[in-house]
Amino acid sequence: MSTHRPILPMGQRARLLEVQGVDKTFNGGVVALRRMTLTVNEGDFISLLGPSGCGKSTALRLIAGLTRPTSGRILWAGGQGVGDLGVVFQEPTLMPWATVAQNVWLPFRLRGQSFSSVKAQVTEALELVGLGSFLDAYPRELSGGMKMRVSIARALVTNPRLILMDEPFAALDEITRQKLNNDLLRLRDQIGCTVIFVTHSVFESVFLSDRVIVMAARPGRVIRELAVDAPYPRDLAFRTSAQYAAHCTVASEALADAMGEAA
Amino acid sequence: MTVVDRSVSQAEALVDADEARDARRKRIEGVGRWLMPVVVLGLAIWGWDRVVVWNAIPHYILPGPGRVLETLIKDWPILFDALLVTLQITFMALAVAVIGGVGLAVLFTQSRWAEMSFYPFAVILQVTPVVSVAPLIFIYVENRTIGLLLCAWIVAFFPILANTTLGLNSADSNLRDLMRIYGAGRWKTLRYLQLPSALPYFLSGLRIAGGLSLIGAIVAEYVAGTGGIGSGLAFRILEAGYRLNIPRMFAALILIAVSGVVIFAGLSILSHLSLRKWHESAVKRE
Repeated sequence: MSTHRPILPMGQRARLLEVQGVDKTFNGGVVALRRMTLTVNEGDFISLLGPSGCGKSTALRLIAGLTRPTSGRILWAGGQGVGDLGVVFQEPTLMPWATVAQNVWLPFRLRGQSFSSVKAQVTEALELVGLGSFLDAYPRELSGGMKMRVSIARALVTNPRLILMDEPFAALDEITRQKLNNDLLRLRDQIGCTVIFVTHSVFESVFLSDRVIVMAARPGRVIRELAVDAPYPRDLAFRTSAQYAAHCTVASEALADAMGEAA
Repeated sequence: MTVVDRSVSQAEALVDADEARDARRKRIEGVGRWLMPVVVLGLAIWGWDRVVVWNAIPHYILPGPGRVLETLIKDWPILFDALLVTLQITFMALAVAVIGGVGLAVLFTQSRWAEMSFYPFAVILQVTPVVSVAPLIFIYVENRTIGLLLCAWIVAFFPILANTTLGLNSADSNLRDLMRIYGAGRWKTLRYLQLPSALPYFLSGLRIAGGLSLIGAIVAEYVAGTGGIGSGLAFRILEAGYRLNIPRMFAALILIAVSGVVIFAGLSILSHLSLRKWHESAVKRE
């Protein structure tokens, strides 16, 4: 957990995962994803941005191994090991009968590791998301934002090579959302994780990521990739900068194109 | 400055009055919660007594509450032994219903084939009235206790099976996905996700099954009918009926009703204690 992976500049990052020409057709013949190709490098913060029905969640489920591609391949550099993947869903998805600490312990517990043997990691993960004093609380006692933090702590407790986030902050209010966006970038800076983040918010995707993948619907496909070359750490100054506004404009135009093509 | 202070203290006084009224209402409600049933029950018993006295109804038709209580005390050795027999069958049936109901529910959720094959049998057992099956059971099953147990079990196991199956299938789909991502097999998913998810459903089924196993035990005793040493409350009621010992019928009836209430209350407390930390149904709201 405490291992810190340095984030190299773009172009020098080692390859982590490759999505090679992946198609996904559902039983009814609906094409959810067509010819998706994406290379994920270590340290990337990738946003999948697009309207609903563009296959961004399907792409995430494919990478998570929850569903199989109809054709094409998804390859992990060096193979996928246990604990290589952390996932945060749109809902916090916590077990209501278990305490915060027990929820974060789950990935280890399923591997047969006792709580005492990983207590340090669990505590550290919760401290990273600012919930170090809520170990024994039950999820129902927490606010929506705090539940999401627990969910994030659970995703990063195994120190995964890749964290997938499926619109994690979509259900939260704007203030909480901005706070969590800032905290997410701080976390990334601290532990050097690789993230694929699904969102339908242009502003969120530009603020968080260094690569924005714009997707279009019917059929779901990648139409553009934008690089956001602003340096990290990013803060309020970046949020209000001309550079940020310019990136948002480009992303919005790409998204408008995506909508136009679909319509 | 003083004006501002006064307005503040006035506001505080207002809140205090409001809160005091609220607290008073809560206190009255708290007392009423147990006082009202006791008063109404007392009135009902008093009314029963008056009807018997004013109409001079003979005790072999309708005994008054005093006489029933007398009989309860006088016949206590007989009735208590019978009660123990009935309760023994009830609890054994409940235990077997829990084992069978949960076991089958787990089997059904693990194997679609098992569910498709055996679920119809469970439904047939449930919808066929136990009174009509019991005579056959007592023909084929030599041992009387096992026959009684079987009857009570048939009545009691279905709510546990149905509720637990529903609960096991109600586990959050995102949590299921999470289990798959972390490589949990079906047993770990069952243990760490499905069984805890099913707990509230199971407990609700258990509360129904508790009452049903008592009913099943009583009905089975009626059908079994044979008396002598080691017979339960139902047999004592039948026997007292033949002898026109109406007060004893009432006394036995009261024992059955009280047992049912105690079983229900006990299982409700168990349910509350198991869920109070996390489940919406048991969590205390501010």
